[in-house]
Amino acid sequence: MSENGVVPRAKVLTIDTMNPTVKNVEYAVRGPIVARAVELERELSEGMKKPFAEVIKANIGDAHAMGQQPITFFRQVLALCSYPELLNDSTFPDDAKSRARRILQSCGGNSMGSYSASQGIDSVRQDVARYIERRDGGVPCDPNNVYLTTGASDGIMTMLKLLVCGEGMTRTGVMISIPQYPLYSAALAELGAVQINYYLNEEKCWSLDISELQRALDEARNHCNPRALCIINPGNPTGQVQSRECIEDVIRFAAKEGLFLMADEVYQDNVYAEGCQFHSFKKVLFEMGPEYSDTVELASFHSTSKCYMGECGFRGGYMEIINMDDDVKAQLTKLVSVRLCPPVPGQALMDLVVNPPQPGEPSYDNFIKERSATLSALAEKAKLTEQILNTVEGISCNPVQGAMYSFPRIIIPEKAVKEATDKGQQPDMFYCMKMLEETGICLVPGSGFGQKDGTYHFRMTILPPRDKLQILLNKVQEFHQKFTQHYS
Amino acid sequence: MSQPALNGVSGPGKVLTLDSMNPNVKRVDYAVRGPLVQRAVQIEKELEQGVKKPFTEVIKANIGDAHAMGQKPITFFRQVLALCSYPDLLEDDKFPEDAKKRARRILGACGGQSIGAYSASQGIECIRQDVARYIERRDGGIASNPDTIYLSTGASDAIVTMLKLLVSGAGRDRTGVMIPIPQYPLYSAALADLGAVQVNYYLDEDRCWSLDVKELRRSLHAAREHCSPRVLCIINPGNPTGQVQNRQCIEDVIRFAKEEHLFLMADEVYQDNVYAEGCEFHSFKKVLFEMGPEYSSTVEMASFHSTSKCYMGECGFRGGYMEVINMDPEVKAQLIKLVSVRLCPPVPGQALLDLVVNPPQPDEPSYTSFMKERTAVLAALAEKARLTQEIFNAVPGITCNPVQGAMYTFPCITLPQKAIAKAKEEGQIADAFYCMRLLEEEGICLVPGSGFGQREGTFHFRMTILPPTEKLKIVLQKIREFHLRFTQEFS
Repeated sequence: MSENGVVPRAKVLTIDTMNPTVKNVEYAVRGPIVARAVELERELSEGMKKPFAEVIKANIGDAHAMGQQPITFFRQVLALCSYPELLNDSTFPDDAKSRARRILQSCGGNSMGSYSASQGIDSVRQDVARYIERRDGGVPCDPNNVYLTTGASDGIMTMLKLLVCGEGMTRTGVMISIPQYPLYSAALAELGAVQINYYLNEEKCWSLDISELQRALDEARNHCNPRALCIINPGNPTGQVQSRECIEDVIRFAAKEGLFLMADEVYQDNVYAEGCQFHSFKKVLFEMGPEYSDTVELASFHSTSKCYMGECGFRGGYMEIINMDDDVKAQLTKLVSVRLCPPVPGQALMDLVVNPPQPGEPSYDNFIKERSATLSALAEKAKLTEQILNTVEGISCNPVQGAMYSFPRIIIPEKAVKEATDKGQQPDMFYCMKMLEETGICLVPGSGFGQKDGTYHFRMTILPPRDKLQILLNKVQEFHQKFTQHYS
Repeated sequence: MSQPALNGVSGPGKVLTLDSMNPNVKRVDYAVRGPLVQRAVQIEKELEQGVKKPFTEVIKANIGDAHAMGQKPITFFRQVLALCSYPDLLEDDKFPEDAKKRARRILGACGGQSIGAYSASQGIECIRQDVARYIERRDGGIASNPDTIYLSTGASDAIVTMLKLLVSGAGRDRTGVMIPIPQYPLYSAALADLGAVQVNYYLDEDRCWSLDVKELRRSLHAAREHCSPRVLCIINPGNPTGQVQNRQCIEDVIRFAKEEHLFLMADEVYQDNVYAEGCEFHSFKKVLFEMGPEYSSTVEMASFHSTSKCYMGECGFRGGYMEVINMDPEVKAQLIKLVSVRLCPPVPGQALLDLVVNPPQPDEPSYTSFMKERTAVLAALAEKARLTQEIFNAVPGITCNPVQGAMYTFPCITLPQKAIAKAKEEGQIADAFYCMRLLEEEGICLVPGSGFGQREGTFHFRMTILPPTEKLKIVLQKIREFHLRFTQEFS
């Protein structure tokens, strides 16, 4: 109350007057547990005593933050693009200079500071198309179907936005995997679309079952208009790499049921397990013949944030659109023009990812060395993680076939479940919070990604350097044993 | 049998069609990169393929992209960015110490010392602190709290985010957002996308595009009949109009926002682009606080800035920030949550913004060169603003308000009745028809005034003042010739 007894006026923008769909948005990867982790870091830096010396942020797929080194060649080209004076500098290899020149020439005024075309720099889209063709054994790719984006997230959100329409029973429903990467649930909440969950099969290494897709779809048809099917391969948080047959089945299903397919393939280079291989949806679609390749509407997504580059901060990405209606494509092109263009440094980086040093070029050997080292380190850490976690009673971990995470199942004692519930917390959030406070390790509770009722999980990245990861896994083990003991 | 066939649709229709897509997206238009620009790109391709045209190049004077028009980046900024991209260069004595120092500071604030790491979703903390200090210096010491700063992917990102937060209600209760006419069409596009109600208030062309509170009031009252107006957007310096609002006007707007309970959005991306004698940039934040606590502790406001304009012109980096004043703490938590979904703004853009707010100081090695470059860019723009206004005002049928600031001219063009009729015949708005002709005949790409909004029965175009002076003179000359020809043809 103010001095003259007048009640102060309510604000214009309050929790009650704000956009209601935004209130439904959640994003666990940077949710409350991470906020607490940041707080703890602050407390540590202020000299407060804790049972640990550092907070380990194993919550987010950020490789560089965990010590992974950038690819030298990429950063050389980016430096040359940023400050072209360096083109006169003999310490830079010729192949880096030639790529920098090519990129700069496609920029307005030969500067990365110009806006690019909204769909992305022409020559970069051409390079992306050629990369896709090489990757997919020659299946043609039209650069006009390629849209560069601000990370894959941007492309995914744009596509979901285009797809959402209708009301009530005709409201667009979007099928997403459970567990899922919570960008999807967040985007659907924000757009007011209907989230349709299909469960991955934990007992069969998180594989995808068509009968489960059918169940989810049929049930959803009672209350919405399902129009899109999202799949993440390799999977996040689950790490499974779907078999070729599974991908064919999904395509067949989408064709039969009239669904727009969204294939999130940002981890396409992150495949570790013996016998596993990345099969792009585009490739499989085209190998299934024109009955499918002429009709199924598909958008596939890639990014500079993962794989062996780990360049999250650059926000580079692209999507390839197959069989999109021409009028809708014009609408898409119009929509992306409002935000002008994706960040040009990210576009330049994407160009290097799809157009890396070739055999015979000066930087080739070093590039391959760095790339191989990063990917094999990840493969080793994937194995180590699965191994160690599976030795812990009460933790069971599916093989980390690909991507960057483990998503182990944890048994939480009844007493702990009760205490959590009494507190109004999800039991696995309760568990992860305790782990954070006691060990400084920040993970994301499985409830943030979705899981079968009555099961609990956490997602942990496999990104810390091997030795640190080993320590981390041992601490997780110790904590789990203590926790189980305490609540027995 | 496929699902569509079961539904009785003959033949398999696509899942995603014009009829089944998001209806709001269909209502979105963005003239700055609209059909005229698409035709310009097509013509460029034709020229490349050797098709003969009445001109040898297409001049894209449609978009505020300084580097594309030949403006040079600031050397110091690009040195630091190179150092951040490839830290090996920190050993290279070609780079000045002040550049290295800033690069080290930025890298030190990044995860794993790499600009490839995600940053905090609100933006790198030390950069937000630097932004806060910049704001304090700019505003004569008025405090800025780094926690109220949100780095963004260009100013557009933050503007869309704020509008998104503000939109609610249905029917008569649907959020209305007041925007100037003429406006920068990000606003109308965002409002269409969000399904919010666009509430137009007209700037006064006869008084140099000034803002009249009477007009704000008229517009607001009319709007209250059919929606719930909750936001007032203002662009200062103005786009496309270039006016720099005086301090009195800004106070009046703030007072109006308070009286009428409106959330203020102040788009100030052209804050360094002020040319005209007697004009000065007054930040909304500064004026708000100088009006005392009755206003400064109550009026809810967001102000926006960017690395794309001013003297930097670094559009491609998508750097920007917003400062949010008097936001409800619960809403702030929602805002933080919302921006976290997209992880973070591009880190190179954040780094660039840090340099903009923390440029070389007088005692630093790069200072002299930096000041020289900055001054040269701003002086060239001021000269071109003046030149543009002068030349256009000498053309019968074109009247051009002073380009007080920003990067554009928005002259009023008189179009013969016959031309307007011809345009109508072809299903076009007259100024779009005019601009298309200009493009086809002279290779000059402008944006028709209808893309920004204008009073009924008036026509305009927006042209940037960015081409190098000599080229600009030629462009202005050609437009003059075209205008006379066009007027003649349709007389």
